[in-house]
Amino acid sequence: MARLDLKDVSKSYGNVEVMRDINLSIGDGEFIVLVGPSGCGKSTLLRMIAGLEPITDGEFSIDGQRMNELRPRDRDIAMVFQSYALYPHMTVGRNMGFSKEIARAPKEERAREVAQAAQTLGLDRLIERYPRELSGGQRQRVAMGRAIIREPRAFLFDEPLSNLDASLRVEMRLEIARMHRKLNATMVYVTHDQVEALTLADRIVVLEAGRIQQVGSPLELYERPANKFVARFIGSPMMNVLPARPGAGGLRLPDGAVLDVAGDRSAGEAVEIGVRPEHIDVVAPEAGDMVVKAEMVEHLGSDTNIYVRTESERGIMVRAHGHLPVRPGAEMDLHFQRDKLHLFAADGTTIPRTGAP
Amino acid sequence: MRSARKNVVPGADRARRSFYLRYLLEPYLYVGPALVLIGAVILFPLILGISYSFQSIALLKPFETGWVGFENYAALWQDDKFWTAIGNTALWTCGSLFFQFFLGLGLALLLNTSFRGKRLFQALVFLPWAVPTFLTALTFAWLFNPVIGPFPHWLAGLGLIDEPYNILGDPDLAMWGPILANIWFGVPFFAITLLAALQSIPSELYEAAEIDGASDWQRFSKITLPFLAPMIVITVMLRTIWIANFADMIYVMTGGGPAGSTEILSSYVFTTAFRKLDFGYASAIAVALLLILLAYALILLVVRQKLVRT
Amino acid sequence: MSMIVRRSPLRTAGKYAAIGFYLIFALFPIYWLIKIALTPDALIYTEGTRMLPSALTFDNFAAVLQSDFLGYFTNSLIVSLGAAAGTTLIAAAAGYCFSRFRFAGKRAIIALLLVTQMFPLLMIIAPIYKIVAGLGLLNSLVSLIVVYTAFNIPFATFLMQSFFDGIPEDLEEAAMMDGCTRFQALRKVVFPLTLPGLGATLGFVFTAAWSELLFALMLISRNDSMTFPVGLLTFVSKFSVDWGQMMAAGTLALIPSCLFFIFIQRYLVQGLTSGAVKG
Ligand SMILES: Nc1ncnc2c1ncn2[C@@H]1O[C@H](COP(=O)(O)OP(=O)(O)OP(=O)(O)O)[C@@H](O)[C@H]1O
Ligand SMILES: [Mg+2]
Repeated sequence: MARLDLKDVSKSYGNVEVMRDINLSIGDGEFIVLVGPSGCGKSTLLRMIAGLEPITDGEFSIDGQRMNELRPRDRDIAMVFQSYALYPHMTVGRNMGFSKEIARAPKEERAREVAQAAQTLGLDRLIERYPRELSGGQRQRVAMGRAIIREPRAFLFDEPLSNLDASLRVEMRLEIARMHRKLNATMVYVTHDQVEALTLADRIVVLEAGRIQQVGSPLELYERPANKFVARFIGSPMMNVLPARPGAGGLRLPDGAVLDVAGDRSAGEAVEIGVRPEHIDVVAPEAGDMVVKAEMVEHLGSDTNIYVRTESERGIMVRAHGHLPVRPGAEMDLHFQRDKLHLFAADGTTIPRTGAP
Repeated sequence: MRSARKNVVPGADRARRSFYLRYLLEPYLYVGPALVLIGAVILFPLILGISYSFQSIALLKPFETGWVGFENYAALWQDDKFWTAIGNTALWTCGSLFFQFFLGLGLALLLNTSFRGKRLFQALVFLPWAVPTFLTALTFAWLFNPVIGPFPHWLAGLGLIDEPYNILGDPDLAMWGPILANIWFGVPFFAITLLAALQSIPSELYEAAEIDGASDWQRFSKITLPFLAPMIVITVMLRTIWIANFADMIYVMTGGGPAGSTEILSSYVFTTAFRKLDFGYASAIAVALLLILLAYALILLVVRQKLVRT
Repeated sequence: MSMIVRRSPLRTAGKYAAIGFYLIFALFPIYWLIKIALTPDALIYTEGTRMLPSALTFDNFAAVLQSDFLGYFTNSLIVSLGAAAGTTLIAAAAGYCFSRFRFAGKRAIIALLLVTQMFPLLMIIAPIYKIVAGLGLLNSLVSLIVVYTAFNIPFATFLMQSFFDGIPEDLEEAAMMDGCTRFQALRKVVFPLTLPGLGATLGFVFTAAWSELLFALMLISRNDSMTFPVGLLTFVSKFSVDWGQMMAAGTLALIPSCLFFIFIQRYLVQGLTSGAVKG
């Protein structure tokens, strides 16, 4: 297996720079997930690693060896495409064994490995079928089988599950996790799905507009986001961000509530407060930080999402545990859990907390 | 494989350069052959042809070869046959195009519905396109021959002509012979292009219109036509140029006769080059034809631009 | 159209009338050609315009097959197959390039190809004649093959491009990840999937080359290297009385291109539908 290093990598199409200052070291056997909004460059980064897209500047190396000039075939990396990209004119078996066929592996060896991979993926009955005769989940499995058989130094996945329905997605997610444990291989995985990112990743890389915003373990990103973008990108429902003004006794919200928290002044002036919906409690009247009116209520069974409006007509999302019998229009008191508040400066960066003022 | 990777390190610079060179050059390797061939067989002769139009190159008069400036064009200006040919070209092109287009549109609309045996029908009605043009021309020439062909008898039966004679020999009517052959040959082309365009109209649009209670005619005029319009303009333009250049039919059926009544510019180019071997003059006619077509295309594009803007 | 359509009987009748009209319009001339070819010489004049001949004969075909026509036929076959193979190969490469690469000068090259579709090819008949004569290649089939190949490249390129556009790029990339070079990916993955496109292009060029007349007339004058159109035309002007034999020859000329066409027309519509062919 292998470690992948990206050093000062950038990418331009003509004069348009789509990625810059990418510095990332991926450890041997690590599972890295790339997330970010559409168009931020996740696929581009993956394709540069694969060798499908030339690197404009900087260096990409595997185990210390420069890869920039090597063709995909010489990098020894496998990739699973969003569209699966199964060869329509080949059977499942030949699809999976294609890399061995190109490498001129003996026929018996190829057949044995294909059979073995098919066995692990539950495809043994389908080896003679053509891709068009398979269901979406089965195609996805074939695509994974094709990657596994190569025994590559690293696996790349570009939104491999996005074409599947919800339950299949859960199943395949577990499958990928199992595969990672079993092969203990380096994997880079692109997804839009938070749950996938949070459950699969050793570390998550958050990209925006071609730049890395933060790299860290799922918990790190959730608890200590580096900036407002990451804070709002990770976690669902999205973090609430409210404008704040420093005042006597802490930070003052637009509706007059004063929260007794303070940020490290040397890092800048806090101008916004972030709080996750699950860190807001619905409390007894008069006991909260502010009074709001419920506007919409979603009962999810395990949780209740309440969308509320403050007096100054600002929307806030609240997530309460369990079933909370609230009707739209009802007034309620909210309490913000102090130790879970995030402070942001004007440029969006997180300001470290210094406890109570 | 491992050893190949190791080699990269010492010769890294060279590897880097050759990698980018390869990356930059690869596309040209694929288009190269096409470009070379087109350059050598079309573009180079084209330039040569334009230069011929300023020379006297008649193979039958080998001692008068040389640059003559605009002499060929001056002769062209005086040439009655040339002016007749311009008029004939207009008639030939418009007559052919009009019928080809409307018959083709009708056929495309028909093929866009469903009925039993449609696949066979489609293969059969597209067949004229596959008939070699020289053969189409010969077949129609024979069909117009009163001895073996039925057309003169039908025309006489309909009272269009007094007695069954060969209209290809009648200066007033001769042009309609090649035009009919050309229509026959060209309908499938329009039908195929228009059918392709029709099939690219999303069927949801029709379904939505159906739900909105649009009549057949409204659906045709409000959805089909606007969708087809851009395609139609381009196709008609390219086809006009193509038909104006298309000399085979006339050359085989009438040879430009009788009395020059079916000579169009392109057949005039060919007969001048082929029969008289006067390459200078032929090239001058060809350049004139090119200029006329260029003017036509420009006018059409400008009109289209105006229409799009309003 | 899966909608429920109210059918008025008048509309249905109109539709079938139209179907009938187009069928007769398209097939009658071909029918007539074949009919005269099959009519015994003696009946051609007496039954001149009867729809069905009272007797049939294959004498005309037999006579034609014993004349020079077999030679013309072979020449045409060589020229058409040569041009079709050459064009398809070169146009496939160029179409692949347009479909897959972004490179400097691409727009200019595409524009150039479009322009060659617009100006009268007859313009270059004189220069081509002089060039070919200068090379001493008059009356050689090779010169015809080269000329036809060049003429058909632009359209064939756009046709092939539209077929390549229909094949997802992912497939090649997957193949390259699987260890192929670009050329191997082309050969093992893209090529098998483009077979219909290659067939359509091959057939298209074959048909075009099979029917080309004017350049063949100009470049070929020796009887033993004449192509079918030239041969037939000389035949017609030499023996303008033997109708039966001429039409039998015509019928024979029809066969290869019609066979090809029936095979390719479906793909041709498909290629045009996918939209890249705007010229
Ligand atoms: N061939 C190209 N030419 C120019 N710009 C490109 C090209 N390919 C991608 N881009 C640009 O690069 C940026 C990153 O694209 P990329 O496909 O990597 O986004 P992504 O993060 O994968 O998005 P998504 O989540 O929608 O798949 C986009 O802004 C895109 O417009
Ligand atoms: Mg992407």
